[in-house]
Amino acid sequence: MPLPTRNSQGLYPETPSQTAGPFVHIGLALDVAGLTPREQEIGSNIASAEAEAEGEGEGEGEGEPIEIVGTVIDGNGDTVDDILVEAWQADAHGVYQTDYRADRAFRGFGRTAPGANDAGVWSLHTIKPGRVAHPNGQPMAPHINLMLFARGINIHLHTRLYFDDEHEANMACPLFDAVPPSRRDTLIAHREQDGAKPRYRFVIRLQGPRETVFFDF
Amino acid sequence: MAQNDRTAFVMRDRSWHPRPYAPAYKTSVARSPQQALVSLQTPTASELTGPDFDHFALGLYDNDLLLNFRPGTEQDGLPIGERLIVYGRVVDQYNKPVAGTLVEIWQANAGGRYRHKKDAYRAPLDPNFGGVGRTITDADGWYRFRTIKPGPYPWPNDVNSWRPAHIHVSVMGPSISTRLVTQLYFEGDPLIPLCPIVHTLDDPDAVDTLTARLDMAAARPMDCLAYRFDIVTRGALQTYFENQS
Ligand SMILES: [Fe+3]
Repeated sequence: MPLPTRNSQGLYPETPSQTAGPFVHIGLALDVAGLTPREQEIGSNIASAEAEAEGEGEGEGEGEPIEIVGTVIDGNGDTVDDILVEAWQADAHGVYQTDYRADRAFRGFGRTAPGANDAGVWSLHTIKPGRVAHPNGQPMAPHINLMLFARGINIHLHTRLYFDDEHEANMACPLFDAVPPSRRDTLIAHREQDGAKPRYRFVIRLQGPRETVFFDF
Repeated sequence: MAQNDRTAFVMRDRSWHPRPYAPAYKTSVARSPQQALVSLQTPTASELTGPDFDHFALGLYDNDLLLNFRPGTEQDGLPIGERLIVYGRVVDQYNKPVAGTLVEIWQANAGGRYRHKKDAYRAPLDPNFGGVGRTITDADGWYRFRTIKPGPYPWPNDVNSWRPAHIHVSVMGPSISTRLVTQLYFEGDPLIPLCPIVHTLDDPDAVDTLTARLDMAAARPMDCLAYRFDIVTRGALQTYFENQS
């Protein structure tokens, strides 16, 4: 295929997106499709004690272990049960570890999708991220960057998950300057239980009066 | 290959990408945001970094869909269908190679059936075909797969909607800003202009960039035909901040 013509600024156009479709899992979440996982897969364990025990720990797994459970709701109020979610987050020190190693305790990147019996609920096992510096020098509140792919989503959606028990940090997060105040709470996940592993629930609404904020950058 | 958070990217031209709300593609109606995207005037490390899979351990047959569903059993179990090499380069908008990036593909078999629990199309599964592959681009941005040509398949949209033959393609790029999932179509397929998903793109030139070209020079005589599909990710703008070092 020849490269497309350069545009007026002398740039080649980016390859256009197309929907990931209903069978995205066969490519990106094999277990959900019913396929046997390969030797290494990008899974929903972004940080895990198990990997740490297998060596290469070096403290990458440090931080508070948490579980994220989420749902994506469409404009009809139906749960999008064929969603694929990708997550990218900083470590407990607020540092993005870009060198992905499947055998490390902290991987920073993960993928999740609801299984057949999960009623559209997906989950991530991770640690609470630290605070990442905004270019203006202020620390951002802890957050996880999420990308959504599915049938009917023609170009993936970017959002961020913040934590309701980080209220003070959230109020001071420079990112929220870009978000209309009335919509800020669409980015907040809610802590459901205390225990060995706190769980946060995050509801993403694709449409409607409480439509989640999606970002362009 | 990941990069540091001092490099920003050429803005995404959303009028070139598919329309999120495209009523002829029915599922998009309830799944497309109705509010404008919130533009981050100042991208942060969160947007400008991403996972680097250069050290991800891939299996020997991960990019060979002819063999990877039953690796090592070539003698008794090859998939049915037109044998193809699908290859190309991943470059950015300045034509710079995107090296060491993860490229993943998935597709239906020659009959148009996915090996997915939820695919109930009457075409049979192929016992020798899984339909999933992945690879990492080399230093010059090249990637390469061996596979079979997927079949078209019907889908519930209009009464008689058929997808053109296509391979789903996922590219990570150097940061989550460059993340891209798309579909590769095949030159000359008469179903391309009939497809509501293709028509989520307004510009015929955009469709053209998703159409892989038959490449006889790369074909293997008496073995495989070849299709070339180059992928362009967002251009990296150098030194977003002054480099202090
Ligand atoms: Fe498909």
